Amino acid sequence: MSNVLFDVPGPRTRARHRIYSLVAGALLLAALVGLVLFLQDRGELAYDLWEPFVTPEYLEALLVDGLLNTLKMAATAVLMAVVLGVVLGVGKLSDHRFVRWPCWLVVEFFRAVPLLLLIVFVFFTYGTGDGIGSYWSVVIGLTLYNGAVLAEVFRAGVLAVPRGQAEAAYALGMRKTQVMVTVLLPQAVKIMLPAIISQCVVALKDTSLGYYVLAPGLTTIGRSIWTEFGNQFQTATVLAAMYIVVNLLLSALATWVQRRLVGEKAPLAGLAAGAQAGGGGGGAAVGAGD
Amino acid sequence: MDDLTSEFDLVLQAFWLTIQLAALSGVVSVLLGTVLAAMRVGPVAPLRVAAATYVNVVRNTPLLIVFVFVFVAFPNLGLLVGTPFLLKGVLAVSFYTAPFVAEAIRAGINAVPLGQAEAARAIGLTFGQTMGSVILPQAFRAVVPPLASVLIAMTKNTSIAAVFGIVEATARMRYFTNNSPDDTIVFLVFAAGYIIIVELLSVGAWGLERRWRVAR
Repeated sequence: MSNVLFDVPGPRTRARHRIYSLVAGALLLAALVGLVLFLQDRGELAYDLWEPFVTPEYLEALLVDGLLNTLKMAATAVLMAVVLGVVLGVGKLSDHRFVRWPCWLVVEFFRAVPLLLLIVFVFFTYGTGDGIGSYWSVVIGLTLYNGAVLAEVFRAGVLAVPRGQAEAAYALGMRKTQVMVTVLLPQAVKIMLPAIISQCVVALKDTSLGYYVLAPGLTTIGRSIWTEFGNQFQTATVLAAMYIVVNLLLSALATWVQRRLVGEKAPLAGLAAGAQAGGGGGGAAVGAGD
Repeated sequence: MDDLTSEFDLVLQAFWLTIQLAALSGVVSVLLGTVLAAMRVGPVAPLRVAAATYVNVVRNTPLLIVFVFVFVAFPNLGLLVGTPFLLKGVLAVSFYTAPFVAEAIRAGINAVPLGQAEAARAIGLTFGQTMGSVILPQAFRAVVPPLASVLIAMTKNTSIAAVFGIVEATARMRYFTNNSPDDTIVFLVFAAGYIIIVELLSVGAWGLERRWRVAR
């Protein structure tokens, strides 16, 4: 777009842009150096404060009790959410009003309620004492929320399968269930796989909410490390780095799957982007595009 | 349940704080996001790289970690020590939301068909005229739906402030839940509060979208 809006910059404009680049680069570099100097000045770069992250036992706690639990939590939640999402998504496409409306209500409810509110409710009502515990409270909260988001993704995916497919299947004499299960869903899953993987990134980020109910996971381990060493800044930096690396790997996987299965076509962009922010939001806003 | 009815003003106060948090963060993150989007499409390479890095890093960091930085790590470094909690909450939420806003805006500008710009240039409009009367009006329309879903997600995300001692709606629900069967009612009341806020936002976005729709 930008190359159509104005003429191609001439030598003088290009020279001006170079000056801007130099000034901006220098300012950014100065800010970076300033940050490092500030940290150095306050002794935050001292080895003692970073030591736990190269000490085997703390590293093990971080990776096994922290990262592994976080990944397990996210994986369990996403698997359960996919099942819930298929059920709700297919339910929303049902021909029967008494199936369609409850599914619609459930999806809208769990998409509009903050995940933390859900987790707090599940934990303090069913989780404490002899209840299901903090781990499953977080997993259930994540499942309900992501299931509702994925239901929308599934519905859009099934609708994105060319209509001729369903028509041909009906013409062959298949029943509604057969058409859905053997024709539409397999093709829809292929279209939706990238969106499902980006939902995994969201779920993984949201496992950090386990911090509030002391569920096992990266953030909880992080808290015990910084209470022991008083290295809040360092721990937060390491935790952020771990989340970023895992999420970037997941995103790379999503891109690869996308290339492999769907080709270069855009994925269900609106849905994936909406879900990225940790929630798709209300139906009207998402649906208003068309 | 009786607590809830006798102390309903506490519920309203909590939601008022949620609304304040969401409104302030919304304004700040839209401003910051616009700047980021401009940096990403501008001609200055270092700014482009810096903005892209910021977007990629923050989009892959959980909001809770951003809150840990603002509420736990920075005070430990001697930064933001006396800052009011509401302000710190706004800081964390808008720092996290700005990249999503930037992406929504960028997508909106890219959604204007190329032919529109070409046609505007072909009939001799200047850059200012092309932008002002052809591209931007259409881009605004295209930005409304994605921006609305970003802002809705942001409103829900303000609940994380509860973890760090801001008594907004989610923290207030925690106060009212006490392991009794009534908890479900308490939960439904608070959920309804959030749903009302979210629905108001989406109805508003839908209205704007309709009003600005071009007859095609």
